[in-house]
Amino acid sequence: MSFAFTDYDPYDFANRRHIGPSPAEMEEMLAACRVESLDQLIAETVPEGIRQAEPLAWGPALSESEVLVRLRETADRNRVMHSLIGMGFHGTVTPPAIQRNILENPAWYTAYTPYQPEISQGRLEALLNFQTMVTDLTALDVANASLLDEPTAAAEAMALCQRSAKSKAKAFFVDQDCHPQTIGVVRTRAEPLGWQVIVGDPFADLDPTAVFGALFQYPGTHGHVHDFTDVIASLHEAKALACVAADPLALTLLKAPGEMGADIAVGSTQRFGVPMGAGGPHAAYMACRDALKRGLPGRLVGVSVDARGNRAYRLSLQTREQHIRREKATSNVCTAQALLAVIASMYAVFHGPSGLKAIAQRVHSKTAQLAKGLESLGFHVAPAVFFDTLTVEVGALQGVILRAAEAEGVNLRRVGTDRIGITLDEAVRPAVLESVWRAFGGAMSADAVSAVPRLPAGLLRASDYLTHPVFHMNRAEAEMTRYMRRLADRDLALDRAMIPLGSCTMKLNATVEMQAISWPEFSAIHPYAPAEQQAGYAEMVADLAEKLCRSTGYDAMSMQPNSGAQGEYAGLLTIRRYHVARGEPQRDICLIPTSAHGTNPASAQMCGMTVVPVKAADNGDVDLVDFREKAAEHADRLAACMITYPSTHGVFEETVREVCAITHEHGGQVYLDGANLNAMVGLSRPGDVGADVSHLNLHKTFCIPHGGGGPGMGPIGVKAHLAEHLPGDPAAGEGAVSGSPWGSASILPISWAYCLAMGGEGLTQATKVAILNANYIAERLKGAYPILYAGGAGRVAHELILDTRPMMDRAGVSVDDVAKRLIDCGFHAPTMSWPVAGCLMVEPTESEPKAELDRFCDAMLAIAQEATAIEEGKLDPQNNPLKNAPHTVEDLVGDWDRPYSREQACYPPGAFRVDKYWAPVNRVDNAFGDRNLVCTCPPMEAYG
Amino acid sequence: MKFTEDHEWLSLEGDVVTVGITIHAAEQLGDVVFVELPDAGDEFAEGAEIATIESVKAASEINAMLAGEITEVNDAIVANPALVNEDPEGEAWFFKIKIQDASALDAFLDEDAYKALID
Repeated sequence: MSFAFTDYDPYDFANRRHIGPSPAEMEEMLAACRVESLDQLIAETVPEGIRQAEPLAWGPALSESEVLVRLRETADRNRVMHSLIGMGFHGTVTPPAIQRNILENPAWYTAYTPYQPEISQGRLEALLNFQTMVTDLTALDVANASLLDEPTAAAEAMALCQRSAKSKAKAFFVDQDCHPQTIGVVRTRAEPLGWQVIVGDPFADLDPTAVFGALFQYPGTHGHVHDFTDVIASLHEAKALACVAADPLALTLLKAPGEMGADIAVGSTQRFGVPMGAGGPHAAYMACRDALKRGLPGRLVGVSVDARGNRAYRLSLQTREQHIRREKATSNVCTAQALLAVIASMYAVFHGPSGLKAIAQRVHSKTAQLAKGLESLGFHVAPAVFFDTLTVEVGALQGVILRAAEAEGVNLRRVGTDRIGITLDEAVRPAVLESVWRAFGGAMSADAVSAVPRLPAGLLRASDYLTHPVFHMNRAEAEMTRYMRRLADRDLALDRAMIPLGSCTMKLNATVEMQAISWPEFSAIHPYAPAEQQAGYAEMVADLAEKLCRSTGYDAMSMQPNSGAQGEYAGLLTIRRYHVARGEPQRDICLIPTSAHGTNPASAQMCGMTVVPVKAADNGDVDLVDFREKAAEHADRLAACMITYPSTHGVFEETVREVCAITHEHGGQVYLDGANLNAMVGLSRPGDVGADVSHLNLHKTFCIPHGGGGPGMGPIGVKAHLAEHLPGDPAAGEGAVSGSPWGSASILPISWAYCLAMGGEGLTQATKVAILNANYIAERLKGAYPILYAGGAGRVAHELILDTRPMMDRAGVSVDDVAKRLIDCGFHAPTMSWPVAGCLMVEPTESEPKAELDRFCDAMLAIAQEATAIEEGKLDPQNNPLKNAPHTVEDLVGDWDRPYSREQACYPPGAFRVDKYWAPVNRVDNAFGDRNLVCTCPPMEAYG
Repeated sequence: MKFTEDHEWLSLEGDVVTVGITIHAAEQLGDVVFVELPDAGDEFAEGAEIATIESVKAASEINAMLAGEITEVNDAIVANPALVNEDPEGEAWFFKIKIQDASALDAFLDEDAYKALID
């Protein structure tokens, strides 16, 4: 028997897995767009003048199984050790139920930031649990829903002190016992703003009248546990504020920062079940007194009510953020670490207060046991009282002991030239203690060494924490699993429907890309472990950086920034250092078009730059005349311009090269915001059109899932002349922007796997299909919605803006009504009112197949018809399906007295009959929530 | 009553100006959720930020249109920011500021000019 081979390749990841439309579907879509071929469409969309000369290529695309082999080989070059290095990174035990049901569950990791509260109630509840956990443990009033990492949280705390303290001093005090990377990041943040950072001993070197605030570490990086009550009182007397960087596990046993009078507490919740991951991602926290809450950066979940008066969660106080306040924004924090905050909160739910306390007690008693053993070997151990960290005086034996420990599979911390630091965690078993003792020359059995606790007597915690019923539920795994499932089911994530958010690039996060992040060879690595133990990481980072450079036309890449906004900040700092190094420190003007994303001016402000807005035409294009004038006017002080390409309005501006040339002519550098890179990869390179720096949102274009609001990664690419000014080593001092050399290293395998599985050709095809999908939607919807700002040939790029304002004029239907009605149809709304107020911006990405695009278009067309029915008097102007959306089961079970049918309410076009998504709440009342701010779990009686 | 181009209304009694935001401004802001006011006795240079207003869709400031000293603030709108939407040109005044030269008020828009501005 013989057969002919078909041309179907079942292992073709790029075309069969990642790219949504099949070849046959693409033919139909191209016909709808009235073009002969994909290349013709691209030629009509992307200006010839910016197209890259050489195709993107780095060898053939790999199949999924080949990708896994490459990842495994790379992982095997990392060495998993017991890392007792501390510095804020700890071994932890991720409860398997949480690992499988959250970390490895697309219902959680593919969700977007919960801006649309009605479809986000599950993770909003989990994040509210996180905030409640943090406020309880720190004994402060309000906590946010996470920050990027502990060092940046500390830097944000400094900025909050500076804004809020009545003291007019210009310096900030930092405890010398802070983790070195915290000191480094705080210094970086302070320098461009002209604040002096004084590092010293809080009990000897702190002059409260000389500072606007101070930061203390608790317990300190070398193990000291101090009571800061008196120091804090003296700061308050001088009208300065006090911040404490506290380990949340220690706080289950020790007096809380709030009980010492602290105004702000920050820290990392990494050891609550989130693996070290060679530095990240983990959720940092920040809590403050009630009086400071309006200055708290980041997202804040609050409790409000829905249209029926039922309890509903939402993000509060959003108007403080950069997208509204621009250069007046207090911080550029956007993406945080939602997924990791959810994991940490579930760890607290899983263990409850008694479980957390038991873990802390065990960690402490093992540390006391370790100390006793070391003392019996004749070593001097400091401090006298501690929680989990010891510093041992070893003199000239330092190298010998560190090597002996390494041979035992244990990493210890090198402190100075004659001391060794050891920090224990919940994963340390008695055998590890015995390994440490052997490294120090002892051969004791752990059973033979007993010790009494050595917690500071005056600092034992007396107050309760985690008293809310959620932390006291039945903890049978059956109950936990169902709780996590119930929350996940309340939310609409990419695993159920397209999330057509413009500028957010919500594309497929393929399972094969996610697998390696759970492997201990990637997840159980300490970021400050010896380099040779991280050889696999180094190799992967270098190869990924090389591929990203090739895709963007840059020469060097820094992986440090943990978000796009942090990338902007890092990029501008790089530009700043370049000017300073060239003897032009006066260059501090940053030109930003008014159509730019709000994080741009906020980042510039954080770098001490003065923002000069440049006019933008109605279509978002930079006004070249105004740009030229402003550049010339500020030629002596021009530091940079920040542009977005394709523009925030989704247009490939023909003039981008000219903007770059003008900036260079006047001595400035070009920052090109890479937010829209998904329309460029393989077709055009920022580095070729004249840009000097860009950040790449790996959580957009390069497939890191959004995590429901983080993690993200915003590495920056630079031209060669800027390479030496990239962020420095976090632990070594100044110039770092985050706490780990490779930022959130453990999610880099996702982007790397994507690049390997797609190949350069596949990435190029992805870009083309992203543009096709957007243009297909434009073709289908243009009869019902005006499409704003198409390019020269009437084409949109990878996203499009639908104008819903005429509906408002004709039928009183707002952009909110459209967004909420889409929930009834089973969709997450597109981006609302940005970049144009009253409009929707739609970005389908290449991953959506034609059927899903059609389902979305059907829903949008039906909504337009409902608006027409209102206009024609066939639907009531107020009591109609748009104004009442989203419809819930609660609407159906009561009397139905509406002038439209239940069928029309609940099953509009697009909605699935059997697999219907039911919003758990009706429309959420935003004003109520902001006027009555509640940011912790409501008491049980409120659950009625 | 006089008006600024930033949509504040000014009402003079002696050398004290009562300041609030216009009906048009309140409509544009949407539901006001937070107001921050200075303390009586605080002094401000022209252009300095005196008050902050946050609504569900925007955050904005009232800057000193003229230099002066605050004589009184309206705590009622701090306790109940919704008042700013209910009666912006009446009960929901923001603060009273004592200015040097009452005639400086002449430079601001009269009602007709303000109406022309917002139409």
